[in-house]
Amino acid sequence: MTIYIDNKPYEAKAGKNLLEACLAAGINLPYFCWHPSLGSVGACRQCAVKVFKDEKDTQGRLVMSCMEGVRDGVRIGVEEATAKAFREQVIEWMMTNHPHDCPVCDEGGSCHLQDMTVMTGHDYRRYHYKKRTYKNQYLGPLINHEMNRCIQCYRCVRYYHDYAGGDDLNVFAAHNHVYFGRDKDGVLQSPFSGNLAEVCPTGVFTDKTLKEHYTRKWDLTMAPSVCTHCSVGCNITAGERYGKLRCVVNRYNEEVNGYFLCDRGRFGYEFVNSENRVTQPLIRGRMSEAVSEEELMHELSVLLSQQKLVGIGSARASLESNFALRQLVGAGNFYAGISETEAYLTRLIVQVMQEGTLHSASLKDIEQADAVIVLGEDVWNTAPMMALAVRQAAMKTAANNAAAQLSLPAWHDAAIKELVQTDKGFLANITVAGSPIDNIAQVTVHAVPDDIARLGFAVAHELSNTLPALANADEKLLQTARQIAAALQQSKHPVIVSGLSCVNSAVIRAAFDIAAALNNTHWKASVAYVLPECNSMGLALMQAPSAERIFDSSNANDMTALILENDLYRYLPQATADAFFSRCSNVIALDSIHNNTTEKAQVLIPAATFAEADGSMVNYEGRTQHYYKVFIPKEGHIKESFHWLNSMRIAKNNRSNGHGLSLDELLHEAEIEMPVFEGVHDAMLSPHYSIHGEHIPREPHRYSGRTAMYANLNVSEQKPLQEEGESAFGFTMEGFKGQPPADAAPFFWSPGWNSGQSVTKYQQEPGGAFKGHIPAVQLFHDKVDKAPVFFKDIPEAFVARKQKWLVLPQYHVLASGELSSYTKALASLLPEACVVLSETDAALLGVRDGDKIRVHPGTTALPVKVHLSLANGVVLISAGLPGTEVYNWGDWVKIEKE
Amino acid sequence: MIYERPLTQHIHINRQPLNLKEYEAKGGYAAVRKAVKEMTPQEVQKAVQDSNLKGRGGAGFNTGIKWSFVPMGSDAPHPKYLICNADEMEPGTFKDRLLLEGNPHQLLEGMILAAYAIQADISYVFLRWAYKKAAALIKQSIAEAYAAGYLGQNILNSGWSLDMHLHTGVGRYMCGEETALLNALEGKRATPRAKPPFPQVSGLFGKPSIVNNVETLCCIPHIINNGADWFKKLSFTEDAGTKLYGVSGKVKRPGVWELPMGTTMRELLEEHAGGMRNGLMMRGVLPGGASTDFLTPAHLDTRLDYQSVAIAGSRLGTGTMIVMDDATCPVGFVHNLQHFFAQESCGWCTPCREGLPWVEKILLSLEHGEGTQADIDMLQMHTQLLGPGNTFCALAPGAMEPLQSALKYFMEDFERHAHEKGCPYVHEAVASSEW
Amino acid sequence: MVAEPHIQTTAKSFLTQQEKDAINHEVSLLPYKKAAVIEALKIVQQHRRWVSDDAVAAIAAYLDMSTAEVDSVATFYNLIFRKPVGRHIILLCDSISCYVMGYQKLYEAIQHELKIKFGETTKDKKFTLLPNACLGCCDHAPALMIDEDLYRDIEAEDVRNILETYT
Ligand SMILES: Cc1cc2nc3c(=O)[nH]c(=O)nc-3n(C[C@H](O)[C@H](O)[C@H](O)COP(=O)(O)O)c2cc1C
Ligand code: SF4
Ligand code: FES
Repeated sequence: MTIYIDNKPYEAKAGKNLLEACLAAGINLPYFCWHPSLGSVGACRQCAVKVFKDEKDTQGRLVMSCMEGVRDGVRIGVEEATAKAFREQVIEWMMTNHPHDCPVCDEGGSCHLQDMTVMTGHDYRRYHYKKRTYKNQYLGPLINHEMNRCIQCYRCVRYYHDYAGGDDLNVFAAHNHVYFGRDKDGVLQSPFSGNLAEVCPTGVFTDKTLKEHYTRKWDLTMAPSVCTHCSVGCNITAGERYGKLRCVVNRYNEEVNGYFLCDRGRFGYEFVNSENRVTQPLIRGRMSEAVSEEELMHELSVLLSQQKLVGIGSARASLESNFALRQLVGAGNFYAGISETEAYLTRLIVQVMQEGTLHSASLKDIEQADAVIVLGEDVWNTAPMMALAVRQAAMKTAANNAAAQLSLPAWHDAAIKELVQTDKGFLANITVAGSPIDNIAQVTVHAVPDDIARLGFAVAHELSNTLPALANADEKLLQTARQIAAALQQSKHPVIVSGLSCVNSAVIRAAFDIAAALNNTHWKASVAYVLPECNSMGLALMQAPSAERIFDSSNANDMTALILENDLYRYLPQATADAFFSRCSNVIALDSIHNNTTEKAQVLIPAATFAEADGSMVNYEGRTQHYYKVFIPKEGHIKESFHWLNSMRIAKNNRSNGHGLSLDELLHEAEIEMPVFEGVHDAMLSPHYSIHGEHIPREPHRYSGRTAMYANLNVSEQKPLQEEGESAFGFTMEGFKGQPPADAAPFFWSPGWNSGQSVTKYQQEPGGAFKGHIPAVQLFHDKVDKAPVFFKDIPEAFVARKQKWLVLPQYHVLASGELSSYTKALASLLPEACVVLSETDAALLGVRDGDKIRVHPGTTALPVKVHLSLANGVVLISAGLPGTEVYNWGDWVKIEKE
Repeated sequence: MIYERPLTQHIHINRQPLNLKEYEAKGGYAAVRKAVKEMTPQEVQKAVQDSNLKGRGGAGFNTGIKWSFVPMGSDAPHPKYLICNADEMEPGTFKDRLLLEGNPHQLLEGMILAAYAIQADISYVFLRWAYKKAAALIKQSIAEAYAAGYLGQNILNSGWSLDMHLHTGVGRYMCGEETALLNALEGKRATPRAKPPFPQVSGLFGKPSIVNNVETLCCIPHIINNGADWFKKLSFTEDAGTKLYGVSGKVKRPGVWELPMGTTMRELLEEHAGGMRNGLMMRGVLPGGASTDFLTPAHLDTRLDYQSVAIAGSRLGTGTMIVMDDATCPVGFVHNLQHFFAQESCGWCTPCREGLPWVEKILLSLEHGEGTQADIDMLQMHTQLLGPGNTFCALAPGAMEPLQSALKYFMEDFERHAHEKGCPYVHEAVASSEW
Repeated sequence: MVAEPHIQTTAKSFLTQQEKDAINHEVSLLPYKKAAVIEALKIVQQHRRWVSDDAVAAIAAYLDMSTAEVDSVATFYNLIFRKPVGRHIILLCDSISCYVMGYQKLYEAIQHELKIKFGETTKDKKFTLLPNACLGCCDHAPALMIDEDLYRDIEAEDVRNILETYT
């Protein structure tokens, strides 16, 4: 439809409000309380415009543009004088109590309030009374609180409480004393608290970890990156100054993480700055300073020429590095650095997904699902942003149903919530030990993996009676199955979420059967299988056997093992890992942080972290995403693993001046060698990409102090960093000055829009897709006309064993990835590792909460936590917390009281 | 002249209100019997619409029309709610108290009729905290009505059922705003809701709801009993019925009277309220509570109905007037009002939350001799920008009404404060400030 | 995300049976528990004069809410007392009709008698003085309310006598 803004016609989409239409049209209209993900409530009154009845109406009516829907032919005045005056006044009102502390405020320079203030033209203070002041709260190590800066837009509560379901932040008091915070000082409990820093349009909630090494946005060197802390692969922008990574902020991606990140992703970056970094090549027995690169290469070429060379790939290393390793050692000697169980399960998932009969669900698909079944996956802890998406599905379905009743537009947030009340869309959350999303689920089941799988198969049978029924199932399970099946049958686009946290293949198969049974009638269901690490899928697609398989070959002794970015002690029980190392005569490790595996290395090579590297990763859904170097570490010899591996390939082949493959050459080689990866290079901006022959600068054009940065060392200006090989991005502020396309934007900025909200300027419409074509490289292809091959082998019902327990990992939302736990702030929030037992089992063992027990096989004694709804016969043991050991997950263990 | 005064006919200041039996003996609940037995809900709605009864809560919207937006019929959402707004916290307003304490069964009967008209299932009396006596009476009356079968299941064998509960508030003027009231009833902060959707379609607990003022509801039984024409004839003017008018301030006999709609202000102030106390002159009147524009002695012949008061430049509002005498400082007077509004702002929207305290501070600084001409301009600016539509609800625009008219009629007082660096009036005590 | 066990237990034992019965009754009238939170706050205040942090936690636990949610509501309403108050609450109307009729004199008299200002409690915890928006008896201004008793047409001289009737 056409709307007229200041007498000019614009195309607008039906169902949007006037504010969205104006922003989509590229018009600068200030706003606060509205947010693309939160909708409108009309509280701040900042977005006022005039609406005119017709061409002749000169009077018009002042309306809040966020609270009026677009109508065909509607005429609105943004530049109309009274509307402008009112908007300027709204800012002046907000500013009456706002402190004049921009110079010391962390938000300064990326502050929506600053931007909007300038936009309205308010510049002179007429309010000369005492300002209202508040006490600030301690909100934990992640978020800083400075209430005096509050402009009362209510976004924080609407995000934290309504959107993310956090219950410990709210609004208190009334009139101009309203206060946003907790009821008492204390750590914010939601693992999505970091988004407050971006949702808050001013400096009330800011990133406390950034404060430790504060840098203004305009002084950061930034690049588009991808979070490496779980298999979702949220898009991030990371920023550096003086060789330290300073912060991570959300990088909008319509299909993945939208506007948000979880705290593991946002705050888990500091391992990059860790004192525990491997910065120099190390050769055991030699002084570290003594090892030059030539010596290293020499040493390596000797080791690499040995007969039995095996390479162990990594689920947290890039596709490029894994591939470079595979090329170096040969496909037959390339193993995945994970347990056999994990390898088996991920292979199963790859098989299922490659079949193409199921659509792989993006987070956006999940958010928009009208029924969600979480089968056995502890999403909250293993893929937090997916849990947030599941929550949105439940909320949005209820909202859509309600909105349809009264034909309310989707943006009318408060009205919809009033109508919805406590209704939720259908969610069945079926887990071993429960999860915080239980409280929005219609069906919650806590059961043992086999029984979870049985419930899944029972649902599949309800959906399609060609599938086998459960033998001797109890009525309660069948009833639940019928309830779930009924909800699925009514839904139009359900999503089944599953994954590895049950360590059970039947669960994965059952999830497939449910989705496939739904697709029998019409193509509508999709699945999401959560994997453990950021590139688990990439590694799995390489179809390498697990590291445990190395033992299968009889002569697996005296090997030279080349281990890529991987602490085997996090994947294998200690005894297994020890046994492995005892059979290696040489270990070469590439890694960024010292760990138990690097301890075993003869040669240790400093690998770049994500922030210092380019690379590609494949997320759980098969989406390939590329991340770019934020900076090049100045000290040490840190390089991307694939660089080292390339050099080793040259050294090994004794080509003295061979030319290492560049990133895109590597990717092309991979695509040729392994057709599953066809197209992956599309995820990467061509290194030759430029605009008008210019690089895209990683530094904002206001980057300051460059000439003085190293004045303590040398008064002459440093030579700008030159990247080896080419990149679309330059490391300095020189280069293209305009607004690059979204996929080539190292950070979001637009004239007048310094905060993250500038992303609107890159979108076709607020909260929508980016302008221009952004390739989404999906490695799984839907094959609509292919019939699914169902799994029909249903496990027996679980029977608890005498004296033995099924051992399962209990992940933690802030630390199930290896690297995030190296971040000080996150580490301080981690609980003590423990063993979770059912009430009956605890009684059987004669233990109570806090008593220590020993698990065999295993080495450390752990405190007990009794769980009221855990089934008998299972133990959950903390996994991924620092210092925890690895068990044969999914296997049987013995327990004894300490 | 003796006027008919249906709403207050059975109210005697020094007597206990009628109990159910006594009320029935005086013809009480006849309207309920009639409606439930002889009329369809639509007919009740029509009768009320035809009577031209306008809401007595302040806004003056036709009650029958308001009801007609409630979805009816078999597929209408249930439960539907009927809510009596007995929050009466508008400063200077005390008319609903008389009806609540004087004849609670009349209110209940009106509520039952209104609930029947919209086929409500549950009804609430939302009563302000301070009305302790009314609370006890209403509680008792509800119990009596249940016992007599006017409330509960299958009322008078009609197949229709209605429950009624009393909810007492815990402060906040905002609770009187009908959508904020709904939030309060849901156990939430009493911030207002955006309209549309209107409460008639999405109200309490997301279900169709009607909120009516006490006085509005008290009119209903009489309309059902005597018909729309009778009701219209009670009035001197277009706006139908009688009206409870009140007067406070330094008049000889402050009080509340039920008079024909359209009684002149002069009659009210001079005859019923007895005129000004000796030695005092009237300077201005807020005709309908704290959030209405001042009228002056020049407006004494204005008829007190919705339209005539609007023409005179104010609003009938609640019809309870506050008289400002010539010994009272208009700036102090308005400061007191703005202090109230600033305190009672819910804090939801920016202009009201930040603008009203600013206004209050300016007025106080004028009173303290620290104000300037620029401050007066700032007050003017606020009266323009805190207007209807600019804020989320009607609280702030209401607050601006007495201020804008004070600036119009009493500008010289404001200017004297600025120029003489202080308040020219003798204050009995200092103006209250934020505490 | 799960409340600490010790908080849950103190919260469970905090409310008396009488309070719980009263809250249960209110809950029974409503579509969901949370909606009874204002009633619950009133009930607790009736029994304990004010709503302490522990009371907020107890109500929260009882109605399956978080303490922040309960406090958000509690702090909005001016007649829910989140700080200790005296045995008797004096609500002095400071709105317009009482202003015109001189409530300030009553305020001065009370200050003189009790040595407290608005928002304060006497040392002996006997009285808390609060300003109150319009008590709805403007025709008998100035007015004040002590607990449930309404006093109208008060003169400053009456204040002492009125206060003396309270123990
Ligand atoms: C701030 C504010 C306070 C209000 N307070 C009351 C009140 O105390 N009593 C009342 O009946 N209406 C009050 N109203 C008006 C109500 O919103 C609503 O219009 C009225 O209850 C409808 O009833 P009626 O149609 O019978 O007049 C108030 C409005 C506003 C904006
Ligand atoms: S005008 Fe705004 S802040 Fe004031 S009471 Fe209404 S919604 Fe609340
Ligand atoms: S953005 Fe429209 S009112 Fe806040």
